Amino acid sequence: MIKKAFRAAFPLTLPVFMGYLFLGIAFGVLLSSEGFHVGWAIFMSVIIYAGSMQFVAIELLTLPFNFLSTLLITLMVNARHLFYGLSMLDKFKDSGKLKPYMIFSLTDETFSLLCSANPPDGVSKKWFFFFIAVLNHFYWILGGVIGNAAGNLIPFNSKGIDFAMTALFIVIFVDQWENSNNHLPAVLGIVITAACRLLFGTSWFIPAAMLCLLFSLTMLRRRESA
Amino acid sequence: MISVILTILTVAAVTFLTRLLPFLLFPANKETPAFVSYAGRVLPYAIIGMLIVYCFKDIRFYAWPFGIPELLASAFVVLIHKWKHNLLFSIGGGTLLYMILVQAVFV
Repeated sequence: MIKKAFRAAFPLTLPVFMGYLFLGIAFGVLLSSEGFHVGWAIFMSVIIYAGSMQFVAIELLTLPFNFLSTLLITLMVNARHLFYGLSMLDKFKDSGKLKPYMIFSLTDETFSLLCSANPPDGVSKKWFFFFIAVLNHFYWILGGVIGNAAGNLIPFNSKGIDFAMTALFIVIFVDQWENSNNHLPAVLGIVITAACRLLFGTSWFIPAAMLCLLFSLTMLRRRESA
Repeated sequence: MISVILTILTVAAVTFLTRLLPFLLFPANKETPAFVSYAGRVLPYAIIGMLIVYCFKDIRFYAWPFGIPELLASAFVVLIHKWKHNLLFSIGGGTLLYMILVQAVFV
């Protein structure tokens, strides 16, 4: 039963395997360039498990602990998770004891796989979803370990490697664009955020953009249902 | 050391909270309000667009190299992903191209 769910989930996670390996390596290299050894890479990837936030966290680690700014930055970078949770309320309904882990491991990539993945006949849905999540988590840890260890062994110029994160978001954007008929939310996401960046500067544009997006999407729904 | 651990634990706890909150607010045994279901459907699209802009927040379009490496590498990612739909090519290739551009071409 459980074995079957693993066999069904594994092939679906292969694209994320490659993406996470590369992204995890980028994270590991950057982390080691700030002087943190492999134990830190594992610790962070196991308990935080959030791609973009771990890149941002590297910068925070080099500063003295500041609870409020760490809290606010994490909320800003991860606020989008709120919307992933909203989209998974239904799918995780029958996950039982696995539900806390499913919620914990809801990254961009796991979310995008779960959006479209359906277990084959006779395969347990909750275990199928669980293996997608846990395999992705494993790939992410593995990438971080490789990057951190290799970064310590072979010194090389890592300037620009953080573009892996940008590339990942562009890839998800393209995938979502192809799987949806209504492109307005995606376009609004780019246009409104860019406008907020120009108007509000680098520190306040994300919360501003979130409010504007929520507002404009609400208006859009009114128009649709009117 | 303690400072580093506290930062990591805070990041981990807040990250988990952002994932957990919707499930606390809208428990499985109660009907989800229509607006929340609507938001759950459309927001993921808008949010990824927002994240892309977030990555580009520090580009200065009025000074050398005018964001050209970012634009070139992004165009490459879009095109190769539409063509192959392979994360390794898209992310790996785009990142390599960007690294070459900022290290060797636009220096």
